[in-house]
Amino acid sequence: MDLHLKIWRQKDRKGEGKLVDYDLKGLNSHMSFLEMLDTLNEKLITEGDEPVEFDHDCREGICGQCGMMINGIAHGPLKHTTTCQLHLRSFKDGETILIEPFRAEAFPVKKDLKVDRSAFDRIISSGGFVSVNTGQAPDATAIPITHQTAEEAFDSAACIGCGACVATCKNGSAALFTSAKITHMAILPQGKEERSKRVMDMVAQMDTELFGHCSNTEACEVECPQGISVLNIARMNFEYNRALFFNKK
Amino acid sequence: MILNSKIPQGPLEHKWAYYKKKAKLVNPANRKKLDVIVVGTGLAGSSIAASLGEMGYNVKSFCFQDSPRRAHSVAAQGGVNAAKNYKNDGDSVYRMFVDTLKGGDFRAREANVYRMAECSLNLIDQSVAQGVPFGREYGGYLNNRSFGGVQVSRTFYARGQTGQQLLLGAYQALMRQVGKGSVQLFSRHEMLDLVVIDGKARGIIVRNLDTGEIERHAAHAVVLATGGYGKIYYLSTLAMGCNGSAIWRAHKKGALMASPSWIQVHPTSLPQSGDYQSKLTLMSESLRNDGRIWVPLQQNENRAPNDIPENERDYYLERRYPAFGNLAPRDISSRAAKERIDAGFGIGPLKNAVYLDFSKAIKEQGKDKIKEKYGNLFDMYLKITGYDAYNEPMMISPSAHFSMGGLWVDYELMTTVPGLFALGEANFADHGANRLGANSLLQASVDGYFIAPYTIANYLADEIHTGKISSDTPEFEQAENTVKNQIQDLINIKGTKTVDHFHKTLGKLLYDYCGLARNEEGLKYAIQEIRKLKQEFYKDVRISGQGDKMNTELEKAGRVADYFEIGELMCYDALTRNESCGAHFREEFQTPDGEAMRNDEDYQFISAWAWTGKNGGPELIKEPLIFEEIQPTVRSYK
Repeated sequence: MDLHLKIWRQKDRKGEGKLVDYDLKGLNSHMSFLEMLDTLNEKLITEGDEPVEFDHDCREGICGQCGMMINGIAHGPLKHTTTCQLHLRSFKDGETILIEPFRAEAFPVKKDLKVDRSAFDRIISSGGFVSVNTGQAPDATAIPITHQTAEEAFDSAACIGCGACVATCKNGSAALFTSAKITHMAILPQGKEERSKRVMDMVAQMDTELFGHCSNTEACEVECPQGISVLNIARMNFEYNRALFFNKK
Repeated sequence: MILNSKIPQGPLEHKWAYYKKKAKLVNPANRKKLDVIVVGTGLAGSSIAASLGEMGYNVKSFCFQDSPRRAHSVAAQGGVNAAKNYKNDGDSVYRMFVDTLKGGDFRAREANVYRMAECSLNLIDQSVAQGVPFGREYGGYLNNRSFGGVQVSRTFYARGQTGQQLLLGAYQALMRQVGKGSVQLFSRHEMLDLVVIDGKARGIIVRNLDTGEIERHAAHAVVLATGGYGKIYYLSTLAMGCNGSAIWRAHKKGALMASPSWIQVHPTSLPQSGDYQSKLTLMSESLRNDGRIWVPLQQNENRAPNDIPENERDYYLERRYPAFGNLAPRDISSRAAKERIDAGFGIGPLKNAVYLDFSKAIKEQGKDKIKEKYGNLFDMYLKITGYDAYNEPMMISPSAHFSMGGLWVDYELMTTVPGLFALGEANFADHGANRLGANSLLQASVDGYFIAPYTIANYLADEIHTGKISSDTPEFEQAENTVKNQIQDLINIKGTKTVDHFHKTLGKLLYDYCGLARNEEGLKYAIQEIRKLKQEFYKDVRISGQGDKMNTELEKAGRVADYFEIGELMCYDALTRNESCGAHFREEFQTPDGEAMRNDEDYQFISAWAWTGKNGGPELIKEPLIFEEIQPTVRSYK
């Protein structure tokens, strides 16, 4: 199949970006979207141009490193799919595809399609953990956790930190990412002890990083590769109000 | 050189306790005087960096990804082993030790393997305390499943994303220390050289991948937890960035490489569908708990799988290995698949796959139950292939996966360069010639959480009077200049072929001649071809952009340059081992019914290789393997 691409090229953080047109012919529809970009880069290098920089690693939908806006949608047209798991069979022969980096104030562009998502790491660093040192843990079955609770915690813990929720949000909010971690930890007995401090610290860090407020459009859940539910955001708000109410930090 | 494995004295079950009792300690007040560099943030890297940070050392943590959470441990799906015996099915530390040693075809050290089984108990406790949501029974207790190569259920799992959840636990522990300031994080940095001063590892040279700047970092000890080099085959189950460069540069600075040719080929990956392909996606081995593997009885079968009646199917694993059936170990299952595919019974558009069929399990347990156990894997299969595996069998194929080989380490996980430690997949230890399923997460984690914190402290105890290590020394300058020259040399070639072209060509050579099966003639041929390809690379590779800016092609080129040398060593290693063991199947050494034929009399040793830098090739140093507890037996899964 043939594709016409319009790709955002930006030299560095401060440089001015622009859309550049590329044509690719004779592509196999079973190719993944990133393999299509590999093919483009092979062509660009051979022709003496600089390849398009984009982030990617595991290419099996779990590391969360890849991600771009494809025709204005985070990770492209399929729901609950990472860019690496998107295949050309989802596009029409001859189609024009617009490819841009994830956009948010807290995710500055590094080059072309690569953005800086280290703000997510700083949110986790501010409280997204159980404060346990190595080597002193009690027996794993000492505290039973029901099947339903473990599964519910897993549903939240499954977030891959790709940033699609932020990129798709009109306010550039990290509420889905942060709330998923808060919920994962708050519902497990191991994480309950420091739930109040955690939510206060993580929400404060979100603000420091210049993420916007939740706009309640629920677009984040629609685009999330792991289908993380917006109910996590409700949980975060509950935990925050609870912490405020009891004045616990 | 004589290799000292430093196995502690005493009976097997007391060796580790004895070591810990005797190991030297560092006073908490002295710990802040000591700096440690940790390269890699997967399970081994994150856990050791977090542990050392907790203890009060100054830690610098490096990874090439944009966040430590992306490390490839995240992708391991099926589970992690631990001899907890929660199923009351006869499991014990000793049983797990025997299974692992046998699974590795008696090519691992007894003491290491026993320690891994012993520490497995603590790992589950540690992870649960961190909030890892392992699968639970309705009563609230932990659940288990079975994995290839064993007859008990000792594998703990978090759906099909166990690696992800364990890694997030370790990453969160790491980020907690980053927040406290005890660990300094350097993401998007790649180690390009090791600095050795007076024979000791004293630092590293890294490239900041965002800016292209070359930086020097000094420390009292360096820990490499950089994972495996299976991506050398290009098509593999590994992430695109996985590479062997850090361990290879350390090898060229004096650390020995052990058993480089032992690469596990995983039996349940998705088959290759075209030349454009960048990777082969792994479907979890846990699927073999419920899926049945078969091929048609008739060669070149063109009927759809559901149109082939039961009596025209060959469930070849159940036929050949009735005791273990579909759960036969990975090397055995992979070879059995290759044998059927080579014999003309392969299926799929390229006839390069076998079926993994869930129809019986769905009929017996219901679709919902199967969905709960493996739902994400079925979804992933649908996304990649466009086929619904609830309605027809999956197509699977063997592909390169895990490198059992790596830097040689002693019982303390220290390489032959004092002060340089290698953890997890970056070392050669514990797995022997074949890795059993669900042991990679285990080894990486216990190395980082429970072993290296003691052994590194034992080393650092002698370093408290050393004082701050300066990076302003001739050794650092020389290492930095070497790295800068390598980068400039690569940029200056300005040839006509891309880096990926060379990587793919090398990968195909290794698949054909140093893959699932090897023979003398093929290995000798491969060595010559790799040398030719390497020469061509240095004449004709084309890298766009500059060396002192962000440049992914340059990163790839450096890794491929190292792959040529690693690939050559893999072939040397395979050539010198005139036997078949585990993942290493030499066609000349097989039984009449096609099983691996081990030769304990002549090859019961670990091959450790020294870099000579000469055209004559590397130097082989043998570490004999001594079995006191169990005597090697012929590995049978029939």
